[in-house]
This record gives sequence, C-alpha cells and structure tokens, in this order.
Amino acid sequence: MQIQKTRKIEALTSNYAVAYAVKAADVDVIAVYPITPQTTIVEKLSEFVANGELNAELIHVESEHSALSAVVGASAAGARVFTATSSQGLELAHEVLHIASGMRLPIVMAVPTRAVSAPISIHNDYGDVMNARDVGWVIYIAASAQEVYDTVIQAYRLAERALLPVIVAYDGFLMSHTVEPVELNDEEEVRKFLPRTPRPYTLNPRRPVTMGPLTSPDWYYEFKYQQVLALQEAYKIAKDVDAEYSRAFGRGYGVVEAYRMEDADYAIVTYGGTAYGNAKAAADLARERGIAAGVVRIRLYRPFPTADVLKAISGVKALAVLDRAIMFGGPAEGPLYRDLATAMYMSGLDKPAVNVIHGIGQRTMYVEDLYKIYTMLREGPRKEAVFMGVRI
Amino acid sequence: MKVYYKTLKDLPREELFAPGHRMCAGCGAAIAMRWITKVVGPNAVIANATGCVEVTTTPYPETAWMHPYIHVAFENSAAVASGVEAAIKTLRRKGLWDAGDTKVVVIAGDGGTYDIGLQSLSGMLERRHGVLYILYDNEAYMNTGIQRSGSTPKYAWTTTTPVGAAVRGKIQWKKDIVGIVMAHRVPYAATASISHILDMANKIKTALEYTTEGPTFLHIFAPCVPGWRYPENKTVEVARLAVETGYFPLYEWDHGKLRLNPPSNSHIDKTKRKPLKEFLKLQGRFAHLTEEEIAELEKELDAYWQYLAKLQTL
Repeated sequence: MQIQKTRKIEALTSNYAVAYAVKAADVDVIAVYPITPQTTIVEKLSEFVANGELNAELIHVESEHSALSAVVGASAAGARVFTATSSQGLELAHEVLHIASGMRLPIVMAVPTRAVSAPISIHNDYGDVMNARDVGWVIYIAASAQEVYDTVIQAYRLAERALLPVIVAYDGFLMSHTVEPVELNDEEEVRKFLPRTPRPYTLNPRRPVTMGPLTSPDWYYEFKYQQVLALQEAYKIAKDVDAEYSRAFGRGYGVVEAYRMEDADYAIVTYGGTAYGNAKAAADLARERGIAAGVVRIRLYRPFPTADVLKAISGVKALAVLDRAIMFGGPAEGPLYRDLATAMYMSGLDKPAVNVIHGIGQRTMYVEDLYKIYTMLREGPRKEAVFMGVRI
Repeated sequence: MKVYYKTLKDLPREELFAPGHRMCAGCGAAIAMRWITKVVGPNAVIANATGCVEVTTTPYPETAWMHPYIHVAFENSAAVASGVEAAIKTLRRKGLWDAGDTKVVVIAGDGGTYDIGLQSLSGMLERRHGVLYILYDNEAYMNTGIQRSGSTPKYAWTTTTPVGAAVRGKIQWKKDIVGIVMAHRVPYAATASISHILDMANKIKTALEYTTEGPTFLHIFAPCVPGWRYPENKTVEVARLAVETGYFPLYEWDHGKLRLNPPSNSHIDKTKRKPLKEFLKLQGRFAHLTEEEIAELEKELDAYWQYLAKLQTL
C-alpha cells in the first residue's frame, strides 16, 4: 500500500475524529444512546447519515444496554458495526460486554472516559473503562485526536482479524471536547485498508448457524480458553496492524509509547492524553533540573503489552505508575499499577515502583505535580500509594 | 388476519424445528415452536430471549434450530432483532446480503417480554423495525423453576407466590401485554393458542407479512406441564379450555381495528363461554381456590370481556 498523496487536515475534537473514522470505515450499523461526554459522536454520525455521507442504519436505541445488544445482533448478521458510550452507560451495557467477546464479534466501541457514580460526576477519569478491562475486549487508550482517528480505523482491522470486540478509549472532555488538528485519510484508501472479508459464521439463512447456545460444564471452559488464546494472539495482531497502518498512512504509535526513555533513571508509566501530555512536560522540566526523567504510555491496555512495557522500563532505577481510576480494596488501588506489578513479578524484574492516583473526577493535574513524582522517586523507595491532590 | 391456510391439509409440511431438543413431554411452547418455524419458512433469522425454549433447544454442540438463530441475553431480544433487521437492510442496500428477503423473528417468553424485556420491546416497537415479535406465554418463569412473572394470573401458585395462611398465591392481576403493544400503534398484534393451529398459523403468516410496514406482535398461549401441574397429555385440552372459557380470548388488532376470532367472537355473550372453573380445575396451580376466589376471577374476566367489547366498537 502506498502512502497517500493528498492530505486533508481538519480541526476536530476527539469525538468528531471518531465519527470521521467511522465514516471512512464504511460502517453499516450504528446503535447509540446519548450520554455525556460521548454524545457529540452520535450527533456527528447522525449528521453524516442525514446528509447521505454515510450509508448506514443508525438505530436510536432506548438504552446503552440495547445499543450494545443491537450491534451484537447486527455484527452477528455480518455487518460492520459501531457504538459508543461513557460511564454509567458502559456500566449498564456491562452484561453485554461479556457476551460480545464470548460470541467473538468484531464490534468497535468508542469510550470517551468518565467518572462513575456515586456521587455523580460527568467529568473525566478512567473509572468506567477500567471496570471493563477484564471482559475479553481489546482496549486501546489513545492520547490525541489524531491517534483516536487512526486507532478507530486500526481497531476495525484488528477486530475483524482477531474476531474480538475493541474499545477505543480516551479522556472524556479533556480530549472528547478539545479541538486539535487531525489529518484525515483518503476514504478510498481507508476502505482498501479495511477490505470486506467474509466471516466464517454469520446469521445467514443460506448457511444457518446457532449463535449464543447453552453450554454444560462439558464445554463452557473451552470457550473461555479460546478467548484467552484470542487475546494473546491479538497482541501480535495489534502490532502488525499498527505497522501496516504506518506503512499505508505514515502514522504509527506502537502498543507502548516511550518518551525520553533512552537514558532515563526515573519513569512515569501512564495512559490517556492529559496524563501523558503533562508527564512529558514534567519529564522535560525534570531534565532541565537535572533528573534523567522519562515517560512510558500504555496505548494497548488489553491485551496487556507486558514485553513492550518491561523493555521500556528495564533501564530505570525507579518508576511511578500514574493511575486515573480507583479499584477499591485491592492490594493497590490503581489498576495499571496492579497490572504492571504483576508483570514485573512474573518476569523477575524487581524495580521500586510507587502507585500514584491522580486526576480522579477530572481533578486538575498540574505539570508541577507530576514533576514532584520524579523528585519523590529520587528520594527513595515508597510502598504506600500516593493519592495526589486529594484533600484529606 | 389473512387466510393462508383454510384446512389442516394446507399447513406447511416441512419441519424446521428438529427433534431431539430437551423440552418437557407435553410442552406447550414446543408445539408453538414447531408451528412458528414451519409457517415462518426457512428464510428468516430467529432471535431468542433467554428462557425455557433457549436452554432446551441449544445444548451445545447440538441445536434444534434449522434457521440462523441467535440468543444474546434475557432482556434484549428485541434490541438484538433491531440490530439484525438494520444489518440486513444496510447489507442488502450495499449488495452484501445474498439471502434475499430475509425476515427477522423474535421468540421470547413472558418473563423476557412482560418484565425484564419490556424496555427493549418498547424501543423496538417505537422505532418501527420490521420484526415479528412472538411471545410464548406460560405465565411464569418456568426456566428457573416456576416463579411468578407479570403474566402470572391472580391467585396462581408459584414457588415465589406460595399458598399460605396469610397469602394465597399471586396477589396481582395479569398484565395486559397486548394492550401495551397496541398503544405503540403497531400495524398488527394478535393472540393465538396452541390449541387452535389454523388460527395461529394464519396469524403468524399475517404478522410476518405485515413486517414490511413495521413491527408486529403475536401472543401465543402455551401451557406448561410442570408449572401448571396437570398431566402431560392434557396440554392442548388446557389450552383449548382457556379459549373456550374466555380466559384467553383470541383476537387481533389489525391497523387500529380490534376483531375477535372464532370461537372467541361469540364469547362477549357470557352464556356462550364455558364456566371458568373448567379451565381452572385441571391445574394444580389453582387447586387451592375457594368458590369466592373463583367468583372473583370470574368477575374480573367479565370486566375484561366488557373492555374487549368496547375496544371492538372503536
């Protein structure tokens, strides 16, 4: 595939970037229910459908549970599908998350992330998507509107190759409603990148199959093990897809992004747009002040990119894992911290690592806060989690 | 109702519901499934809610379905069918659907329709998807072992409405599901019973044809041997008595017009109905009823018939 000649740059929010990517992917069925901060995705898609720019059925469902149910039905019938949600909507649809992955349907869902009730907060953190991290979906967490656009297109290729549903998550409001320049691909080129390959099993009367059957203890376990293997395989496929996309369109991200890590002594490992941007600025500041600082960003969160993360942090003296979600009552409250601690333990990599919880309910994160993490790391090991910015 | 089948000889011969499923001996829903699949014909996708039919017909790696079939969850079969219908519509438009004029049919029990699935049913009806929704009504959650649902009749015994000294079976009346569906202004909604096959087959076919205009709904009365506590050779008899006593009237709502179908069309006159007791006495779930309670049920049934009579004049 050749890199396209004509480039078109638009000023888009991450939500609009999703809508443009869905249009370029020639999606057949979209089912959505409005929820803040996801709503502008469905508004833009409604415009595309109303204007005849996107030849798709847009189902205005009566709940997020039905949104995901409808795309499960549509995907099972062989259509390329899309849905999007946030926060309570993702919680309401949670039951169907398991079913979509168990039925191995290549659904793509955008999640501009948002804090979860109670108390109610419409603002950003990753409490919603982290509740969905172990349901058998591939999860990307993007860090710019451009990356959101590119990742949605990559997600279709990955989903249809791995036969797995994919979440593309990014910061609610901080990205979903922030305008950035986004380079749009030629739509014909995108459709060449996403060929229509018939799936082995769909709901077609010419080739009838029974989907979603009852299993006894004789079979359920084997189905679940197949999902384990599929997620493992998706790690490699995600890397291949990113490389292919990079060759076709000139932009690639890898599954893990590293910033100034070549000679870093201290690292912040994080995910999402705001945290990554601020951490990069903090690393620059730290380096100006004499600390060899770097940042690692997890882009592919599920399957967890263990080998790539461990490689990225292998040279540091200490690291901080910055989480923007709280998983209550565990041995540590940060979900990424738990993943990374497990990965390090399992590989025998013993690095001092501290869990920093930050930006909960969109509590403002300052670059200076993140700079302090580097100074804290330099001061020595620390076991207990840091709830940065909370009033005690 | 359009008359597609005048005599039993006109009914479809081809069996599309395979033997070897795990439904109970004498299951009313099994009789319904056999005729639904026959009349619908092979070019259809079936979306099934969790329930008796789903768990007894899809024991992996076997299946009783010769149709493309999907089960997702309990409460969302109408939403799933909405997606299937939308997919077929778009794929046909884009030249990517090779099976021609494929129909979409939902099959759901009373729990998945009256209770947990009501929201997704309402959404599907409001959006006017071209889907035939078939409710098979055995008046309780039979799949989990006979618990009350919004469809369970008053005073009926179930495991969650036991008959005791203080409370005697279910406290509330049965929900009027067809009334709820009619309020969505669908082109066609009808009741049918597994005891009246010609009427049921013609209604299935009519409802299926009307899906070109929007959603259609069929409420099929399907007695349950273990749940209603009657001998397994009495299923059709129980269902027939439900119709003949007026307990389950056969009627259809066709483009805003209500019409009672034979034999229910003569039942507005109470003397033409068999006594309700004849339906009740066959079933263990009503064995505890006193004469006063039966009289109360009869009074409510009379009121229901007056309501139907009024609807018929609209």
